[in-house]
Amino acid sequence: MDMFFQDAAELAQFTVAVIKEGVRPPYEFREVLNQCYETGIKSFILVGITAFILGLVLIMQSRPTLVEFGAGSFLPAMSSVSIVREIGPLVTALICAGKIGSGISAELGSMKVTEQIDAMEVSGTNPFKFLIATRIMATTLMIPVLTLYAILIALTGAFTAASITDQVNIGFFFNRVFDTLKFSDVIPSFTKTFFFGFAIGLVGCTKGYNSKKGTEGVGKAANASVVIAMLSVIVIDMVVTRITAMLGYL
Amino acid sequence: MEAQTNNNGPGMDTTGLKPVIEIEHLKKAFGSNVVLRDFNLTIYAGQNMVVMGKSGIGKTILIKCIIGLIKPDGGTLRVLGQDISKLNHRELDELRMRIGFVFQSSALYDSMTIRENLAFPLRRSHGKITGTIEERVREVLGNVGLENTIDLMPSELSGGMRKRIGIARSLMLMPEIVLYDEPTTGLDPITSDEITHLIMDLQQKYKTTSVIITHDVELARIAANQIVFLKDGIAYQQGTYDEMVKTSDPDLKRFFKKTKDTQNG
Repeated sequence: MDMFFQDAAELAQFTVAVIKEGVRPPYEFREVLNQCYETGIKSFILVGITAFILGLVLIMQSRPTLVEFGAGSFLPAMSSVSIVREIGPLVTALICAGKIGSGISAELGSMKVTEQIDAMEVSGTNPFKFLIATRIMATTLMIPVLTLYAILIALTGAFTAASITDQVNIGFFFNRVFDTLKFSDVIPSFTKTFFFGFAIGLVGCTKGYNSKKGTEGVGKAANASVVIAMLSVIVIDMVVTRITAMLGYL
Repeated sequence: MEAQTNNNGPGMDTTGLKPVIEIEHLKKAFGSNVVLRDFNLTIYAGQNMVVMGKSGIGKTILIKCIIGLIKPDGGTLRVLGQDISKLNHRELDELRMRIGFVFQSSALYDSMTIRENLAFPLRRSHGKITGTIEERVREVLGNVGLENTIDLMPSELSGGMRKRIGIARSLMLMPEIVLYDEPTTGLDPITSDEITHLIMDLQQKYKTTSVIITHDVELARIAANQIVFLKDGIAYQQGTYDEMVKTSDPDLKRFFKKTKDTQNG
């Protein structure tokens, strides 16, 4: 329980500091772009492969039941709603919590224990601004982009599975997909990805920056960062779903 | 014999010299562990001050206080005429650009090439140095004799080369003061000797004031105008190398004899 409150206090402290440093000029646009490449662009292959397989498997698993109830024609609609509302954002965020969160945490942790962060500070660079705010900004911007990409790839995977089993026409499939989607499906699902990105960056940076006790501490920080980031993503997902329901979008 | 704040001595005549670091009654504790109890020291422009003492006694804490990486619990610390405790973030960053810091581990940025490591302080200095960054990088690399490493990554360098690059990086902004944290620790005697002479050459070339934390008696003998021996959180004794080795204080005698014996194998 103590650990929980300690982590919560650490995250709250970091959030305040990041917002304070992030809004104060000069801005580190170049480093934000660099981090967008490091965290976002380099995750495209992993997210793409996973999303494609998920779309494929979703159709393979749901088709027999839908066909049994005579609802085979609902496959595109079912896949679009489930992928856009939940599978796309959640799976992308969980993959990124593992890949990006642990990467940030391990990188900052090893920079801390090898005095590289101190070296940055003594050369007149604010490490909070240069290392932390830029990474959190990058994950907040890139997780929505990766989610959008994952949704498109997962839908392609779903179409591939549907076309193998039912010879579905591509135009028909995607027309049904987009006809089914409503504003209330897309906006809440897209909005929560910004929160996912912020949480992944924040947790990775907090754990890495505060890591102690040498290389052992770096390993522990990376591990804790993955666990806390994944948990945060699921909690945020639940909260956003609840708010969406309260607003009458579900 | 406790140290006095004025460190005049045969190593260097400080008459008329400007004090660049003035430390008065400095205190720092970590919980119940009191590291600096009442530390006093004045370092003058152009002086080479060597700080010695047993491991874990607080030497690194002292220089990290000087550069503002660690906040002291009490006392005053004026660097280049500015009271460190009264500076805001921006003022502290500006002051830090006038000070070089050589880390014990070199602390080179793993993800950057040597060129990027050296260019980093320049890019952050917002035009403090004239001329192109590339020219300055090559000039400083030339000074430490490692021009051919410009495109290598830090992981491709030996320990001695990393130390040299660490020294080169600390000189990129033409600092007035350079703080060295155990620059020869972990190196073989020949490389240690090369680093010692490099420090001396660069000190003469750039006319810097140096604060050197070390256990290396040979480095102290060659480089120090003054040596301060840190013990029990205070500047326990201060003097030139000759004064320190001739002292009758049993702790100092033991320290210098043991350290020299270890270095001689």
